[in-house]
Amino acid sequence: MARPENLVYSKTHEWVRVDGEIATVGITDYAQEQLGDVVMVDLPPVGKTVAAGQEMGTVESVKAVSEVFSPVSGEVVEVNGQLEAHPELVNQDPFGAGWLVKIKVAQVPADLMDAKAYEQFVQEEGGH
Amino acid sequence: MKSKSLRSREALIFERSTPGTVGYQLPAFDVEKVDPAQTLGANLVREEIQGLPEVSEVDVVRHFHRLSQWNYAVDDGLYPLGSCTMKYNPRINEELVRLAGFSQVHPLQPESEVQGALRLMWELEQALIGITGMARVTLQPAAGAHGELTGMLMIRKALQDRGEARHTVLIPDSAHGTNPASAVFAGFKVKELASTSAGTLDLDALRRELEAGDVAALMITVPNTLGVFEPEIAKAAAMLHDQGAFLYMDGANLNAFVGIASPGKMGADALHINLHKTFSTPHGGGGPGAGPVAVSRLLEPYLPVPVVDKRDGRFALDYDRPKSIGKVRSFYGNFGIMVRALAYILSLGRNGLKAMTEAAVLNANYLRRALQDHYHLPYQSPTLHEVVFDDSWQKPFGVSNMDIAKRLLDYGFHAPTVSFPLVVHGALMIEPTDSESLAELEAFVEAMKAIAQEAKENPELLKTAPHTTPVRRVDEVRAARQPVVRWYAQDSEAT
Repeated sequence: MARPENLVYSKTHEWVRVDGEIATVGITDYAQEQLGDVVMVDLPPVGKTVAAGQEMGTVESVKAVSEVFSPVSGEVVEVNGQLEAHPELVNQDPFGAGWLVKIKVAQVPADLMDAKAYEQFVQEEGGH
Repeated sequence: MKSKSLRSREALIFERSTPGTVGYQLPAFDVEKVDPAQTLGANLVREEIQGLPEVSEVDVVRHFHRLSQWNYAVDDGLYPLGSCTMKYNPRINEELVRLAGFSQVHPLQPESEVQGALRLMWELEQALIGITGMARVTLQPAAGAHGELTGMLMIRKALQDRGEARHTVLIPDSAHGTNPASAVFAGFKVKELASTSAGTLDLDALRRELEAGDVAALMITVPNTLGVFEPEIAKAAAMLHDQGAFLYMDGANLNAFVGIASPGKMGADALHINLHKTFSTPHGGGGPGAGPVAVSRLLEPYLPVPVVDKRDGRFALDYDRPKSIGKVRSFYGNFGIMVRALAYILSLGRNGLKAMTEAAVLNANYLRRALQDHYHLPYQSPTLHEVVFDDSWQKPFGVSNMDIAKRLLDYGFHAPTVSFPLVVHGALMIEPTDSESLAELEAFVEAMKAIAQEAKENPELLKTAPHTTPVRRVDEVRAARQPVVRWYAQDSEAT
């Protein structure tokens, strides 16, 4: 399963790519596979202040509605408008066209994992 | 699940419409016709609705009867929908609820004319007090989640009364899905508690949260959605009470311990009871349900109005309860469901209810034992009335829990609950209830074993199932992404 090296990951299965002061956030390949076919994505409005670990939106699949937690603190500066008409992008390209929001970062928590640590975390979590 | 109807296609009722056809015959007008717009005022006259089907009575009856033959119901066979307690609805319940004294009364009749109906409500409350060991019960809530909301509103009012502003409700990750929604609806913030590796409440995590302060209540399902009893529930209750917090118990799984254990003794402050699950009243499209809430002495003043009281041998509706949260349902709740539930409770009696619980637990454990070499059991803890398997042994063949569920339809069974509880990936949650005979359980076991074998040998068969139902596998994704909820005449002409 894909776990790009240049990203950092949260325990709630979001990925983050920090580029200067802007963090792009999405859900991981593992998360989209567990969810199954995504049918709706509900994202925060642009301008909203989010805190790391706080719920910022939901992803709904045919199985369940899951919360998406912001992995970083900051202000939402852009949301992926494509997802409204094409929620399947989250399944097809979770690390690319299926990104969720861009956040102007105030703070990146220290406990986000690198690809290797995340892979181990997923294996442990999948244990039961 | 073979169709019991001889036809495998059924046109929409709109497509059966023939202009001018009616389902009634009225005698010719013998009074002068008036224009309602003139007499009532044009603003009160509705425009004719276009496109309603024009069909005869026999067309309507046959259409819906045929559709009903495509359905699967508890009257067809085992209905293993975990967490839903799909037990048989005894016919005596139906006979009693149709007695004129119950079915023909009006909610606005004076108390003196409906003493029997009020007595029934009072007796049902007494029975539920006896079963739960709680102080009092409101019968008003119309379903389980409505009961949760009612209970949480009472807790909020009790906190307000004490002058305390507490906002946090703790909910274990193995809870019923409706719990967080009910807590938020009642104005609380939800914090999830991770379960232990045994799938039960983590007392250390609870202690940490309580020390952090602000906890209004713990909402917990007992036994939890894995079917695992919470062995530390009394301790958790004591910890909560020490901190002035409340214990809300979700009684959706009450069928696991009626007559054996008492929520009152466990320390619950509020508990809803799904009459439509534990006490055999119809549900699942055949409702309505009823979700009475039983409360401790502490919450009794906050019960919704009215409650039924007995004074000098007479029954009366008491609205004079100054601390009440008010009304939560029009009139008195779903009365017909109350009649059925009391009929069930009285026909089983104290010993019968205990035997019911034992049969429910035995049946679930029978299935667990019979299937545990064929489906992976993610949690090894002993379980009560239901058992949760997952699809991890079938996944290597590309077969998911959904495929297994769909294939079960071909074997003539309703599917179990899938992908819930969320703590188990690829969950298959099976609850046979007390209704099933050994022969029916065996038939289900054989079907599940055959499917496990098919998963290895012919996974495609499962991935394209069901094969024998009138409607084959539906495209759930497309239905959710591009729902078509209206029919237009041109749709038919196009196809």
